[in-house]
Amino acid sequence: MAERKLQVALYWGAACGGCDVAVLDTDAFILDLAAVADIRFWPIAVDGKYADVEAMADGELDLALFNGAVRNSENRRLAELLRRKAKIFVALGTCAHMGGIPGLANGASREEIFKRAYLANPSLESGNIALPAVEHKVPAGTLDVPEFYRRVHKLDDIVPVDYYVPGCPPAPDQVKAVLLAVVQGNLPARGAVVGCSERAVCDDCDRRKDEKKVKRFYRPWQVIQDPERCLLEQGIICAGSVTRSGCGVRCPDSGMPCRGCYGPTANVRDQGAKLISAVASIVDSRDPQEIASILGEVPDIMGYAYRFGMPAATLQRTVGSL
Amino acid sequence: MSRTIQIDPITRLEGHGKITIFLDDQGAVEDCYFQIPELRGFERFVEGRPIEELPRIVTRICGVCPASHHMASAKAVDACFGGQVAPLAHKLRDMYYHAHYIHSHIAHFYALAAPDFVCGPGCDPAQRNILGVVAKVGLEIGGQVIASRSKAQRIQAILGGRTTHLVWCLPGGVSKGLTTDELAEIRPLVGELYDFTQFSLQLFRDVILGNPEYVELILNGPYTLDVHNMGLVDQNNAVNFYDGQVRVVDFEGREICRYSPAEYATHIAEHVEPWTYLKFPYLRQRGWQGFREGLDTSLYTATPLSRLNVADRMATPQAQAAREEMFSTLGGRPCRALLAAHWARLVEMVQNAEMLKRYCDDPEITGPEYRLIPDRITGEGVGIVEAMRGTLTHHYTCDQNGICTGANLIVGTTNNNAAIHMVTKKVASTMIRPGVEPDNGVLNLIEMAFRSFDPCFSCATHSLPGRMPLIVTLMQGGEVVRTFRRDPS
Repeated sequence: MAERKLQVALYWGAACGGCDVAVLDTDAFILDLAAVADIRFWPIAVDGKYADVEAMADGELDLALFNGAVRNSENRRLAELLRRKAKIFVALGTCAHMGGIPGLANGASREEIFKRAYLANPSLESGNIALPAVEHKVPAGTLDVPEFYRRVHKLDDIVPVDYYVPGCPPAPDQVKAVLLAVVQGNLPARGAVVGCSERAVCDDCDRRKDEKKVKRFYRPWQVIQDPERCLLEQGIICAGSVTRSGCGVRCPDSGMPCRGCYGPTANVRDQGAKLISAVASIVDSRDPQEIASILGEVPDIMGYAYRFGMPAATLQRTVGSL
Repeated sequence: MSRTIQIDPITRLEGHGKITIFLDDQGAVEDCYFQIPELRGFERFVEGRPIEELPRIVTRICGVCPASHHMASAKAVDACFGGQVAPLAHKLRDMYYHAHYIHSHIAHFYALAAPDFVCGPGCDPAQRNILGVVAKVGLEIGGQVIASRSKAQRIQAILGGRTTHLVWCLPGGVSKGLTTDELAEIRPLVGELYDFTQFSLQLFRDVILGNPEYVELILNGPYTLDVHNMGLVDQNNAVNFYDGQVRVVDFEGREICRYSPAEYATHIAEHVEPWTYLKFPYLRQRGWQGFREGLDTSLYTATPLSRLNVADRMATPQAQAAREEMFSTLGGRPCRALLAAHWARLVEMVQNAEMLKRYCDDPEITGPEYRLIPDRITGEGVGIVEAMRGTLTHHYTCDQNGICTGANLIVGTTNNNAAIHMVTKKVASTMIRPGVEPDNGVLNLIEMAFRSFDPCFSCATHSLPGRMPLIVTLMQGGEVVRTFRRDPS
């Protein structure tokens, strides 16, 4: 008799679909997975509805992969629902892990975000004052949409998470390795960050590293970079030294600096603070005025430091964004 | 008794959405709404960021078509730098973009749309997916589909270093060029992809055109709208995905307007409804007139079918032949049968493959001059490309240091929001009959309306020398309370 198939769900919160594409990018492995697993719920590809998930017994799913951040009340409802239905609940990708790019919105208030989207931009209907409302009466009845929260949350702010798979998106080989580990019952202790390396991106980057002393910082477009040499040493801010590897060094290898999507290395609590510390440490000067002038060339340091992890930062909001 | 049916979430698409149907006492459709439950607020949170970072932030609007956002953003940023770009970079970006189209169109046609036709609209929902398609067509064809999408992804990885969420474009060009070794790896993949586009067209003829019920559903079902068409065209009015002018043509074939990217706000405006987070674009000159069809409507679609409707021709010969076959079968151009977008997608893939071949044979493509350093910041730019799911507009402003001061985006699918809302209601009203409980197959026929649009709702610790010099200023109410400092070691 065939063994019971694994019961699996995949879902997206405030996400882009890139994590789902990363699952598709495992190519023919999807067919192997389908041989041992029933995909019960996966909105991008399968026709299961919320009511089907609600009808499941608690713990009926062996595995639920949740990608995306928690931006609204629907994201929250599904995070809570799938957590309850799943024996193993995984935060897949950077948004679920740390808030991701949508988490950059924590630098602005809900009112500011609505204003830019619905009240003040060049293509709006002139004179518009309408805003989306959680409940709205129409002649035939009442329509509802989820509540847009005041801030973006990472997944484990809302529900307990068993494993984290970092990456924006996670490299398909890493997704495959994690799924295989689940199938084979070969997972580490709960709470682990999986599908990545314990090294830093720098450790896996082939660029030559000499002395990190910088007299001037450059933005990527301002200089033709030497493809053989460490980007940070060339004055181009790169988060490779504070970022966990496992991505395949795909940004530095394509001539662009790392922005940190795989999250902090194992023993770092705050990835952005670590990057700010690293950048400040390599300034080649002892003169406070010169230091201020060199660092003054770096615009939007928060946007480099917390590109993918504002909701996971120690200090999460700016004044006026609350 | 009156009641409400919800299809929640709608499935086999990119992003979130739900359909709310109100039935009257007799069980007929009284009203129907297509609602988008989410907003992420990119336009606000890119403000204050270095403008060159935007192409690698906005990719996260959509993980299925990240290159569309990357390219539109790169072009808007180019314009903020006075349009200074190495000419070779445009070729390389366009080449990448054709491979991106093939990946996305394969994913949509086979994984998202085909289950409705290959398995059938009323098939068991647990089987109505790509695995059900593979079960029907066999592992050999299924494997070929998966391998073909993978080849398209591989071409992108070779060219730009990454597939999903590429980081390749920057002011002045692209961050890496194409080597002759890399080109040698791409060339055979392109030939295989071209063959796959022909295979896909044949599959469409066999499975869909070979079934009179499907042909009837496409041509005479409720899946039609009297609204206009939008798409990018080149100077010969041929379909172009990466560059050109936006042309809007009415559903009888007359040109309504034609504009360059910088003029978009003169021609397009967006209406807000309180029951959805997604706005409704319309033709500004005609004004918002509600959800209305007809020759004087201000509403339009921007889909693969719209692109073929607005363009006078395809840019390559075999794609042109496929286009002629499509329009002659469907009764001429323009075509209002929205489900024909699935066919148009396959016609476009032929152009994508032929263009890739053309670039492989271009002696300049492996050249070294793929980037220049711009020498001025002009401060404002609009970039438009055709995303797979519709015309995509990014409009940015920046200050003299190249820091973003404003961003406005009109995303491919957003263009189609009004049309999707209207056709969903039309199909629901036709398919749901008083006194007959709508079954799963009926609800799926309603979902097939939005699916034709292929919507995308989402659009170390290695040691460092020295010690960090630090000044911390504590402020309260605008007053400095205390300053701490630590000097460098």
